[in-house]
Amino acid sequence: MSKPLKQVHLAAHFPGVNNTTVWSDPEAGSHIEFESFAHFARTAERAKFDFLFLAEGLRLREHGGAIYDLDVVGRPDTFTVLAALAAVTDRLGLTGTINSTFNEPYEVARQFASLDHLSGGRSAWNVVTSWDAFTGENFRRGGFLPQEERYSRAEEFLSTANELFDSWRGDEIVADQAAGVFLRDAKAGSFVHTGQHFDIHGQFNVPRPPQGRPVIFQAGDSEEGREFAASDADAIFSRYASLEEGRAFTADVKRRLPKYGREPGELLILPAATFVLGDTDEEARELAREVRRQQVSGATAIRHLEFVWNRDLSAYDPDGPLPDIDPLLGEHRVARGRAQVRMYRDPLATAREWRERAAANGWSIRDLVIETGNRQSFVGSPATVARTMEEFVQADAADGFILVPHITPGGLDAFADKVVPLLQERGVHRTEYEGPTLRDHLGLAHPDGARVGGTGRRTAS
Amino acid sequence: MTPASASASSSPLHLAVALEGTGWHPASWRAEQARPRELFTARYWADLVAEAERGLLDFVTFEDGLGPQSSDPYAPDGRTDQVRGRLDAVLVAARVAPLTRHIGLVPTAVVTHTEPFHLSKAIATLDYAATGRAGLRVRISARPDEAAHFGRRTVPELGSVVRGSRGDPAQQAAVDELFEEAADYVEVVRRLWDSWEDDAEIRDAATGRFIDRHKLHYIDFQGRHFSVKGPSITPRPPQGQPVVTALAHGDAGYRLQARQTDVAYVTPQDAAEARDVVARIRGEQEAAGRAAEPLHVFGDLTVFLDEEPGAATDRRARLDALDGSPYRGDARVFAGSAVQLADLLQELRSAGLSGFRLRPAVLGHDLPAITRSLVPELQRRGVFRRAYEADTLRGLLGLARPLSRYAAQRGGRRGEQHTSGASSAAGAGAGAGAGAGASGRDATA
Repeated sequence: MSKPLKQVHLAAHFPGVNNTTVWSDPEAGSHIEFESFAHFARTAERAKFDFLFLAEGLRLREHGGAIYDLDVVGRPDTFTVLAALAAVTDRLGLTGTINSTFNEPYEVARQFASLDHLSGGRSAWNVVTSWDAFTGENFRRGGFLPQEERYSRAEEFLSTANELFDSWRGDEIVADQAAGVFLRDAKAGSFVHTGQHFDIHGQFNVPRPPQGRPVIFQAGDSEEGREFAASDADAIFSRYASLEEGRAFTADVKRRLPKYGREPGELLILPAATFVLGDTDEEARELAREVRRQQVSGATAIRHLEFVWNRDLSAYDPDGPLPDIDPLLGEHRVARGRAQVRMYRDPLATAREWRERAAANGWSIRDLVIETGNRQSFVGSPATVARTMEEFVQADAADGFILVPHITPGGLDAFADKVVPLLQERGVHRTEYEGPTLRDHLGLAHPDGARVGGTGRRTAS
Repeated sequence: MTPASASASSSPLHLAVALEGTGWHPASWRAEQARPRELFTARYWADLVAEAERGLLDFVTFEDGLGPQSSDPYAPDGRTDQVRGRLDAVLVAARVAPLTRHIGLVPTAVVTHTEPFHLSKAIATLDYAATGRAGLRVRISARPDEAAHFGRRTVPELGSVVRGSRGDPAQQAAVDELFEEAADYVEVVRRLWDSWEDDAEIRDAATGRFIDRHKLHYIDFQGRHFSVKGPSITPRPPQGQPVVTALAHGDAGYRLQARQTDVAYVTPQDAAEARDVVARIRGEQEAAGRAAEPLHVFGDLTVFLDEEPGAATDRRARLDALDGSPYRGDARVFAGSAVQLADLLQELRSAGLSGFRLRPAVLGHDLPAITRSLVPELQRRGVFRRAYEADTLRGLLGLARPLSRYAAQRGGRRGEQHTSGASSAAGAGAGAGAGAGASGRDATA
């Protein structure tokens, strides 16, 4: 054997508020009742997953000036539901997406430090940025941030939070009842931060959490995002779940590590991945087609086309041909609060290509959206899916996967029951947790106090 | 029957306990029953709340603050002989929610430096995790050092005005302004809880719609300190409106309580003062046009409870000696037996209080004394429940589940033609403190 077998890290993404999640299925349960989250988390822990992952969106999406009503709408507060899930699990990591634009470092650092204490060292933070005034309308400070400052604020936000975590070494509390000494150091928690975005000082009031700091995730794919991940993140939530794209992405990001004095194993690449299982590969492919039709109703297909056309297409029949009018160019007016409208950089070209493909294949609008939309990442029998996933990891296309089931809350059950045992048989997935903390699951070192008072950001050499 | 009109002899007495560190006496952590090394573990808090639930208490509150605890209310004191450091109260409450079934969970949140949008969804989510047992205790922060933790504004040196004593008029105005802002904040939190009608999720496969968007509402709040658009990202919580509470020691605080809370904590030293404080709060309620709304007024008391005569007083003296000075605090300190405390509670209740929030001097000692001695004594007297009679905190407090204010408006408009996409209902947002969201408009407007 040329190199040791890499382990497949597995995580579970609670089904989100886009059309990947099928709410119309008879099996689909609540997206907001706590019992749904508890079921999902217990399934992930039963299967010895590394962590559960929660996304976040701070304003309901709109379409054509009205709240978008075709997908799941509504989600809980990230910190609060993760703290409650710590009560119904013992080992599972708890990863929350928290925005660095519409929060303040002191408060977020308190929340993550508290979550880490209350979960016995299982917290992780997916640091995301935002700049839109649309979301800002829900907050005191509004949409004050110029787009180009998103990452500089995110970096300074994270480094400031790290200074707060590091403001306690971890040995200050002695609680000597006889001697009457609670703290050995009156200065515990003291900090001063002066920067472009934050100018704060005082005393942090949560002692050092079990993991030292929460595990840090990064999710953006831009050049700045990749550099941010290389310098500051422990793991990347990426979207490249195909073999070649995954290998290229992994190589690109890991190539950036040495200049920050980091080893390849210090940054995990964990793409989002969808899956459909069947008793046979053929059955799974058939099911996958059905699921894609469930995910794209006629109404959803029209809305999806409007992302590209940037105009009202409600008069068109989803079972009929594509519009012969062209997309409107310029500022996007139809969809608000979503990232994907920025993916279509040349709407005229996209429209032309789609019309050609639809005509060549005899596709309706709905067929087109189904065929050009995201395919499930892994489709097959449990044996096929287990083998394919392992191949991806051994080929350095990923370090594991953040699985996104399409049914809440039972969409992970079959994977846990049928695929995980096969991965365990192959020797690439744990049968017991190695340790109590998320850092243990991910093989990440505990941050020592060496950088106390530092900038938090690793220095490029 | 509202708590305001209930006669003292027929209404049940409500009991809450305030959880703070190892207890409310600053030397409590040195008591034998304290567990100071476990303060930052989930098990410690789960044990305390389980004990309170065993005693059938209405709810527990969790203290919190955005800076280190201090013997000086306006600045850190640098002391190392008292408990310092605490966990976020909302998250502690969430952590114990799945482990309990009946007791209300009321975390403290500072509203001066935080976002109402975040807090509204956090308490809504706590209400889901606790299946209808969430509450919220709001407090202002007047500490300059806490303002420096955020760096967004400065807070003037306030001296003692927050405590209700008359100081410099400019300082008093600054504190009044913090309370005004708090009232706006709670208004936003409450409108966001109502911003989804209860039946907004329809899952209509025929039309492909997950929600009926006419039942989601922009709150369009515009005040002097912030504006918030809405709707919430979290659907309406199980209780509709989780229970909002606040502690106050003076008129600015009483005004906030009267305008925006369901439970008002006050700190009278005796029955006469209790009568006076209740009258002032009722007066503010009338002024705010909320005279008909149920509003509990709870007395806060710090308690040392022991059965043997003199034991509680001795314990208090020992802890005072360990701390180096007598503990006073803002609330009356009681030291005595369960029978004596039951007598005092009944006396104060006859002065118009509908319940009490007891602050155990030493949690490890005085919380079990409350649940195992005081509660049975009150049950013998027929003034406290013998089993939980409701599944929600509102239910335990005798508060009905309110209809969303926006659903009520829609009901009021029924008969008018309501067309999708109509913009006729659009209007400017209601100003600060304008009451029940008079201008909420449809999401399609």
